[in-house]
Order: sequence, then C-alpha cells, then structure tokens
Amino acid sequence: MKYALFLGCTIPVRGQNYELSARAVAEKLGIELVDMDGFSCCGYPVKSTSARSTLALAARNICQAQKEGVDIVTLCNACTGVLAEANHILSEDSELRAKVNEDLKDVGCEFKPGTKIKHFSRMLYEDIGLEKIKDPITRDMSDFSFSVHYGCHYLRPAEVHCFDDAEDPRTIDELIEAAGAKSVDYQDKLECCGGAILGVEEDIALQMAKKKLDHITANPVDGLITVCPFCTVMYEDNQKKIEQKYETEYGLPVLYYPQLLGLAYGMDKKQLGFRLNKVKAKDLLAKLEEGEEAA
Amino acid sequence: MIRTSELDPNFKDEVSKELGGWEISRCFACGTCTAGCPVREIDDKYNPRKIIRMVLLGMREEVLSSEFIWLCSTCYTCYDRCPQDVHLTDIMTALKNIAVREGYMHPSFKEQARLVLEFGRLYEVEDFDNKKREKMGLPPVQKTIDEVRKVVKDPAIAEVCE
Repeated sequence: MKYALFLGCTIPVRGQNYELSARAVAEKLGIELVDMDGFSCCGYPVKSTSARSTLALAARNICQAQKEGVDIVTLCNACTGVLAEANHILSEDSELRAKVNEDLKDVGCEFKPGTKIKHFSRMLYEDIGLEKIKDPITRDMSDFSFSVHYGCHYLRPAEVHCFDDAEDPRTIDELIEAAGAKSVDYQDKLECCGGAILGVEEDIALQMAKKKLDHITANPVDGLITVCPFCTVMYEDNQKKIEQKYETEYGLPVLYYPQLLGLAYGMDKKQLGFRLNKVKAKDLLAKLEEGEEAA
Repeated sequence: MIRTSELDPNFKDEVSKELGGWEISRCFACGTCTAGCPVREIDDKYNPRKIIRMVLLGMREEVLSSEFIWLCSTCYTCYDRCPQDVHLTDIMTALKNIAVREGYMHPSFKEQARLVLEFGRLYEVEDFDNKKREKMGLPPVQKTIDEVRKVVKDPAIAEVCE
C-alpha cells in the first residue's frame, strides 16, 4: 500500500508529533508514505479571498500525486476537505475543469479525474481495517478512556466525503476502541472547534472551544483525541488561555489518534513525539507505566 | 429600516454567478441553517438565514461591508442540513470573494493570502525548521514552492498582496 503523504502547512513546522506518530504507525502497518517536494499549501487559507485560486492550488497539488500515479493521504482535516472538494467538483464539472486547467498550464499540469484523497484515519479504517489494526498491539489500553473530536472537514460536506455518517459518526470511535481504549460520548460532539475564525474574532472562537472542553471534561476521560492540527490549536494550544480567561481548569491532554495507536503498539513516548504535546500527558503516561509495572 | 430605493435587485444574480453561489435563490427561509450554526449559538450577530435574506433583498453594500460575513467557521453543518441544497458555506465564500474585490477584506485573511503566495505555505520554513526536523528523524521540507504564484491567476489576490 502506497500513498503520497500530504503534510500541508502546519504539521511539518508545528505539529511534528502528529507526523512522527503517523509515520511510525504507518511503518508498523506496512503502509508506504511517499514524500513529495512539489506539495504546497492545500489552498484553504486563500478560499475567503479567492475560491478560484483555492481550486487552482488544490488541483496543482493533486496533479503532483497524479504524475506519480499514487493516491494522497492527508493528516489535516482542512487539507482533506479542500483537496477532496476540488477533486469532487473538478471531476464532475468539465467546464470548470477546463478553466482551472488553463490556470495550471504555466506549470505543466493538467488535472484529470481519478486520484483518491483520503484522511489518514479514514485510510486506516477503510484500507487497513479494524481487525488488522489490532495485530501489532502489545500494550493493554483497557484502563484508558478518551473522547474524540472529529473536526468538521473530516466528514462534511457529506456529498464530497461520502464516508461515515456526518450526523452520527462512528469511525474514529471505533478506531479508539480498536486500539483497546474506551471511547466516551459527550454533548455537542459534532460542534466545530472555532479554529477557522480564531483570527477574525478570537473571543467567539475561544468560546466555541470552551464549550466543547466543558462538555468533554464533564466525563472522567484520560484525554481528547483529534485528527486535525487546527482543532488541536483550539483545544491544546489555546487551552491555557481559555483556562485563564474563564477562570477554569481542564488539564486535558490532547492526543493525535496515531499517538494513541502508537502507545497501544508499545512505542515509546519519544518516538511518538509526546515532548511536543503542549498540555503534558504526564498523568496518562504515568498511569501507563504503573499498569505495566503491576502486570 | 430597509429602504427599497437603496436596494440592488441584481445582487442575488451577482452572487449566483460566483463560484459556489449558484443555488442562493432556492432558499425558502426555513432557518435550519441558523438553528444548527455553532457560531450563532455563541454570538447572534452571525445569522446565516438573515444574511441569505439580505442578499435576496438586494442589501448589497450592507452585506459586503459587514463584519459578519467573515464569521462563518466553514463547519458545513448548514450546508449538509439545508433542505433546499442552498450550499450556504459556499455562498458565504462567494460573498467574501466579492467583498474582497470591492475593497472590504478582513486583515487576517489578507496576511494568510500574502504568506501563501510568498512561500507556498502558511508558514515560512527556515533552515532552523529543517534542522529541527532532521534531529527528530523527519525528512526536510521544501522551503518555498514558487509554482504557487504561477497558478494563482485571480487578480483579486495579487492586488491584496501588493
């Protein structure tokens, strides 16, 4: 199994714990991830300025993988959404495709339908499958419970992704359970993290994230599982700010899903980049060690 | 108060010609979008049903110069739930794109566009970043992707980045 790894903007410089753990887990499962120099920003950050430019950027990225004859796997939800949406619309609308292909002429690219775009978690779920994911497990995670924030662009628009149930998603809950831990439901599970408007009106964005953090921590969970660096910015990087602003305390570790799976595979915290987690997962890692000593 | 003399009846047609703005006239104002909107739940100055209504009425200047069009968090909840397939998230994008051309642009998006055009990514990758990556056992990433500038043909972007 071979995929071009699309890192996007944030992960290679600010989310290397996600990248390290995803690469480690992929290697364990025999998935070959190809690094491609040609990949740029997916196009999401310029969509509010020019949707046409977003399409051109996304199409150019898809063309890089198309040239190599490989499908794309993404780690960030925003990249997944933009690339999948461009792929969908340019495959269906030949008139628009012709226009965008004009934009791409100067760089010698031509978008053709046929390349698949998959989020890393979706790839694990669909291409590896829940049973095979369990094979390399060496650590018992049954004493751990997590809640998941899916993130909007992992699921919606449903007509673009055609995956899971956008109103009642289960795939990442099942992936958490496949890693041996419990997945805990909570109120407003599907609500947005607010990340996209953090730069427009910070106060609203922080209140959106606060509401989610309140609901997640209403249950005794060991941490929050995310699959997107933007959502992680809201729940992890801004957690302290929210705590100070609203005089509350969460201390909620935020893990990328491959970090959890890597722990279940017996990988060490360094290999999974835990040093880069901003809310330190000290209690969680100590509990893991205690459990192992007792066994 | 809405003054009919100040309305632009062609505004909805202008929006429907924009990429993603195609389905705006289908709206029958049921309010499903507003009911499920996570931004509106925090602050009612963002109200998708009201924005669509304002566009259909022709309140062009009021919409394009407003703060609220920049507050869509692009969660696509309204997009998926709309019984008329109005594709609201895309309409908000279309409104923002028109606003940019009319000279109304939120500064945070301006900076994002500038960075993407200059470096090909939202962040500048420096030698320091690649050294850090090497220490972690990660492959280097390309510092700038010049081709990005060559495929962005929309003059609106070039203008805001000048």
